[in-house]
Amino acid sequence: MTPILSVQDLEKRYGARIGCTGVSFDLWPGEVMGIVGESGSGKSTLLGCLAGGLTPDKGQVIFDMADLGPQDVLKLSEPRRRMLARTDWAFVHQNPRDGLRMGVSAGGNVGERLMSVGARHYGNIRETATDWLDRVEIAHDRIDDRPRDFSGGMQQRLQIARNLVTGPRLAFMDEPTGGLDVSVQARLLDLIRGLVHDMGLSAIVVTHDLAVVRLLADRLMVMRQGRVVEQGLTDQVLDDPQDAYTQLLVSSVLQV
Amino acid sequence: MSGYNFAYLDEDTKRMIRRAILKALAVPGYQVPFASREMPMPYGWGTGGVQVSAAVLVPEDTMKVIDQGADDTTNAVSIRAFFQKTADVAVTEATGKATLIQTRHRIPEEPLTKDQILVYQVPIPEPLRFLEPRETETRKMHALAEYGLMHVKLYEDIARHGEIATSYAYPVEAAGRYVMDPSPIPKFDNPKLHSAAIQLFGAGREQRIYALPPYTPVVSLDFEDHPFEARKAEGACGLCGAEDSYLDEVILDDRGGRMFVCSDTDYCRTRREAEEAA
Repeated sequence: MTPILSVQDLEKRYGARIGCTGVSFDLWPGEVMGIVGESGSGKSTLLGCLAGGLTPDKGQVIFDMADLGPQDVLKLSEPRRRMLARTDWAFVHQNPRDGLRMGVSAGGNVGERLMSVGARHYGNIRETATDWLDRVEIAHDRIDDRPRDFSGGMQQRLQIARNLVTGPRLAFMDEPTGGLDVSVQARLLDLIRGLVHDMGLSAIVVTHDLAVVRLLADRLMVMRQGRVVEQGLTDQVLDDPQDAYTQLLVSSVLQV
Repeated sequence: MSGYNFAYLDEDTKRMIRRAILKALAVPGYQVPFASREMPMPYGWGTGGVQVSAAVLVPEDTMKVIDQGADDTTNAVSIRAFFQKTADVAVTEATGKATLIQTRHRIPEEPLTKDQILVYQVPIPEPLRFLEPRETETRKMHALAEYGLMHVKLYEDIARHGEIATSYAYPVEAAGRYVMDPSPIPKFDNPKLHSAAIQLFGAGREQRIYALPPYTPVVSLDFEDHPFEARKAEGACGLCGAEDSYLDEVILDDRGGRMFVCSDTDYCRTRREAEEAA
């Protein structure tokens, strides 16, 4: 089996400062990988380098493309990379305002990806949008409302629907549950877990919330000061942390 | 008029604009940047169109200027007077007799010929502007022909109004490549963009020129199940009785009285004169 994403010795520097360095891992089809670490540990930088928002200074990001097989994403032409970003990839932002068009109706938001890959039949686009709103538990009669009239949880669910409508194979999620209250968080996690499972999606989830990775991720990578300090199966890392920093992180979780 | 070069602009500026026009003609629908000059009129009054007209005008030209189809509105009258004064060219109101027509918001009803040039005044040349505010991003979208967003706008129209409610500045695809804004002409005029005449679009404030060479295939964007439809107000012109021309609504009094008349004043007058003669 070929890994869907293979990262080798990735490095990104901001001048003399290290964003992230020496990151290597393989992500296998259907696998969810969590990246945890404190603020400033390089999680978001790493995610940016993987998803094409940032240009790494060193290393390779090899994606198993549907037609061409494994390709270094950083060497792809820009049209190809942008095409990838709206078909095979999904990117869920922490703040739904970054991932949604706030002035466009919910249906239009979900339909945009379809139209950008050539859908030109209004009835079909609308039908697919309705179906996806259903899957993320947004009522049908909200399809023509704009996301700015939605609650935070609904906006996040809409963002997920908008991203998954083209049936991507790899999803990048940056703190998908950040800023939501615990009950909404729980429902969203349930939803994401269901969708990932149903669609056989591979995902990389960046978060500082250990409970989120415990629920979502099969495998875990702990970052500190731009470096990966520990990686392994989620339960293994969380229950039996080896690195001193991971031990600190795990013991810092507040108990209710 | 002494003290001014022919048609106001200096020759170097005209040369710069002509180069932009040639490039625009070579790549139909592509917005060519140009160094727009200050003109002795405010932005929004057709400074782009005036510069394009000045650059292509020759002393033998006969010029016609229309605003919303009419020859006698403020904008048309002052631009016509401007070129009479600075270029001393012949002017006309008859569409058929003009060699250069500068227009705002309409295409004349009478089909144009291969001996004519139509110059449009364009306020906002970027069809994607209200969907994507970043110029860097819209340029990239044009470069990569990523036009899905244009359909999002049409989708929103149908979702909100049950049909494509965009009635002017209706986006078109030129020569199968670039999506362009045909300036705020009513969508009734969109089919006329496929024309024998050269069509030049000038946006002064936004510093862009784009063009449609003669007979360029122009397709109005739409959905398979909501096809494009050229539309005008129902009924016939109250003056000449034309049923095939674009109509303006004219309020007659403060008791609800109104009538619909041709927006193309020359077309309306020609029809009425022909009727009287018969």
